[in-house]
Amino acid sequence: MTEEQKPPLLLELEQVTKSFGGLTVADRLDLHVDEGEIVSLIGPNGAGKTTVFNLVTGLYRPDSGAIRFVGRDLVGLPPHKITQLGIARTFQTLRLFLNMTVKENVMAAAYGHTRATVPEAIFRLPRARREEREIAALAEEKLAFFGQRLAGYRHEQQAYNLSYANRRRLEIARAMATNPRLLLLDEPAAGMNPAETLELTELIGRLRSEGGYTVLVIEHDMHVVEGISDRVVALDHGVKIAEGAFEEVATDPRVIEAYLGLQGAA
Amino acid sequence: MQTGGDIPEVPGRPDERDRPRVGVDEWVASVEGRREDRVGFARLGRRIDALLPPWARLLIFGVFAATLPLWMDRGDLFAYGIFTLIYILLGLGLNVVVGYAGLLDLGYVALFGFGAYFYALLSSEHYGIHWPSAVSIPVVVVSTALLGLVLGIPSRRLLGDYLAIVTLFFGQAFVVFVNAANPTVRGKGLTGGPNGIADIDPNDLFGYELTTRRQQYWFILGVVLLVLIGLHFLSESRTGRAWRALREDPLAAEAMSMPVNRLKLKAFAFGAGIAGLAGCIFAAVLTAVTSGNFALPILITIYAVVILGGIGSLTGVVIGAIVINVSFQFLAPENPQDNARILFYAVVILLLVLAVRPWWMLGVVLGGVVVFGFAAHAIAEAIDPSWTAGAVVEGGRLAGVISDWVIIPAGHERFANVAYITLIVAVLALTRIHGWWRTILLVPTLYLTAIVWETSFVEQPAVARWILFGALLVTLMTVRPQGLLGTPRVEIV
Repeated sequence: MTEEQKPPLLLELEQVTKSFGGLTVADRLDLHVDEGEIVSLIGPNGAGKTTVFNLVTGLYRPDSGAIRFVGRDLVGLPPHKITQLGIARTFQTLRLFLNMTVKENVMAAAYGHTRATVPEAIFRLPRARREEREIAALAEEKLAFFGQRLAGYRHEQQAYNLSYANRRRLEIARAMATNPRLLLLDEPAAGMNPAETLELTELIGRLRSEGGYTVLVIEHDMHVVEGISDRVVALDHGVKIAEGAFEEVATDPRVIEAYLGLQGAA
Repeated sequence: MQTGGDIPEVPGRPDERDRPRVGVDEWVASVEGRREDRVGFARLGRRIDALLPPWARLLIFGVFAATLPLWMDRGDLFAYGIFTLIYILLGLGLNVVVGYAGLLDLGYVALFGFGAYFYALLSSEHYGIHWPSAVSIPVVVVSTALLGLVLGIPSRRLLGDYLAIVTLFFGQAFVVFVNAANPTVRGKGLTGGPNGIADIDPNDLFGYELTTRRQQYWFILGVVLLVLIGLHFLSESRTGRAWRALREDPLAAEAMSMPVNRLKLKAFAFGAGIAGLAGCIFAAVLTAVTSGNFALPILITIYAVVILGGIGSLTGVVIGAIVINVSFQFLAPENPQDNARILFYAVVILLLVLAVRPWWMLGVVLGGVVVFGFAAHAIAEAIDPSWTAGAVVEGGRLAGVISDWVIIPAGHERFANVAYITLIVAVLALTRIHGWWRTILLVPTLYLTAIVWETSFVEQPAVARWILFGALLVTLMTVRPQGLLGTPRVEIV
């Protein structure tokens, strides 16, 4: 970047448009995330928040516009390539590998940055053995991030055994195992009780301070948004309606209107 | 015990917070496991999987299998030993595609056939080509893997049932091609049409031809053990985990940095390679191949091996292959009918053991059936001796008991039909009534089952074989839907 003070630009969406038939879910959207930031994406249901994630991770291809990650164009790349470049996400609807163990869930996500081939694995050649050790250590390290929640005997439990909150944590651990620079968290606090939500707020802060990740998070819980965000972006009908610090966005009449309708704004 | 019914407080445990509690979804998820634990032998299966480490299981299987030829005669070694090993190999290949990657491939048997035919072309009198196994087997395995890759291409776009239909078509097309197309190459039908290809060379170990059954058996056992070890390592590698991940959720796998399409093709090619290897061995052992060897029934049997053993489990495939091939060969038409009879009564008793609770009730029912039988027999004989004058078909060890217990009239064709229809009515009635009446009706129904078996099925061994085989599968799969050593698959809604 030209200004020396500014941290480097990590993710940048420029005039991104995506529509399904007549429904425009992203309309000339501009969005950027700087390295080391925690940015929240808010908006009422159907505002196009998850669509932004799907566009960034390559599940959707934008109709027009550019998506760049550290200066590299992401449009047209398959999702696994985008993840290998350093963007990992969680799913709002939870898409764990249910019939695999907790540890295997995390280990599986290390696929993108390991290289051992099938013959190497079959004959247990040195590189395969070394990578296996590294993957196991990596999984344990990522799971340890959640303290006692995903520790000990839970490593060998099948993922379907976990409680709802723990499944959300496991999704984050799995995303971390892809060694990303940018984490996209899709409603990480959904379905959590107030105590767990508080714990999550603290966790997202630690993701940046200890993990070194940049975080873009979709969240409905305004306490979480207030607690974690450097910057808040509000969407409605695929259009960015407000951007800035939490207080500014939360009091923006257009945001209140989007959430509550015209009556609320009046 | 405390007085007055007040319950002593359970001392708090350090891990109290993490223990499953009633109403928590974790508790719900563990219900299935605990229900299963109550069924005795299913629990044993879980224990085998949990307590014995993989190498110990491999050692037990290896030692047992290696000593088989020392006490088995040649014919049995061929039917029980070699065929079981070939089924294991086929099951292992299919397990990669279906069990790991979750791709429903119904064309698998054609890859097995392709391997067998290709080996036959490379090492037989058909074209006078006699490549040594050290050359022909690798060539066949690699070619079959490539064919599997081609067959896998539709899997990039098709899922589930749609993939099954496309691959099934491929399997059928292979049989038709081999049988009917039979293109002329070098003045000779390529596949030999309905006659197939004969005079295939045996496998050889660097020039040493394996001609006796024992040598062949040990050779195949060695191959199976190597494949098992390799697959175990592969399953615990990044590729194995990625296959299972894409089986669970392809979209999440793709988003978690796994190239799903390439992994699917890899699974197809890898499974196909193993099928090709099995084909080489099969052709060499049989010394002849025809298209009938690779038709739908074989495919179903391979699927039965994998599903019965527990999809995704290597130990399961081995046990599934043993159970299926041994029971199938045990029931072979050339074996005495008594085999089928013993298995039949064993299946009936097994079903009762599983279905009737509590234990003393089982005793009442079994005792009741025995007493009921002898009483009915005595009454029938007293009324008219010709009612019980029929001969027991190939009675074998049980002949004496059966002729005193089951009513077999002298000329019994009509009697058999009536008994058969009555049995169907009785079974239907059993499903409609409950409680004591059911137990009481169960006794004559079981006796009727014995009559139907002794008067109808015993006389049609070929039919009885398939019915019994089916009954065995249905029974086992009802008891353990996830297969003998499989883990129950859970979907969360």
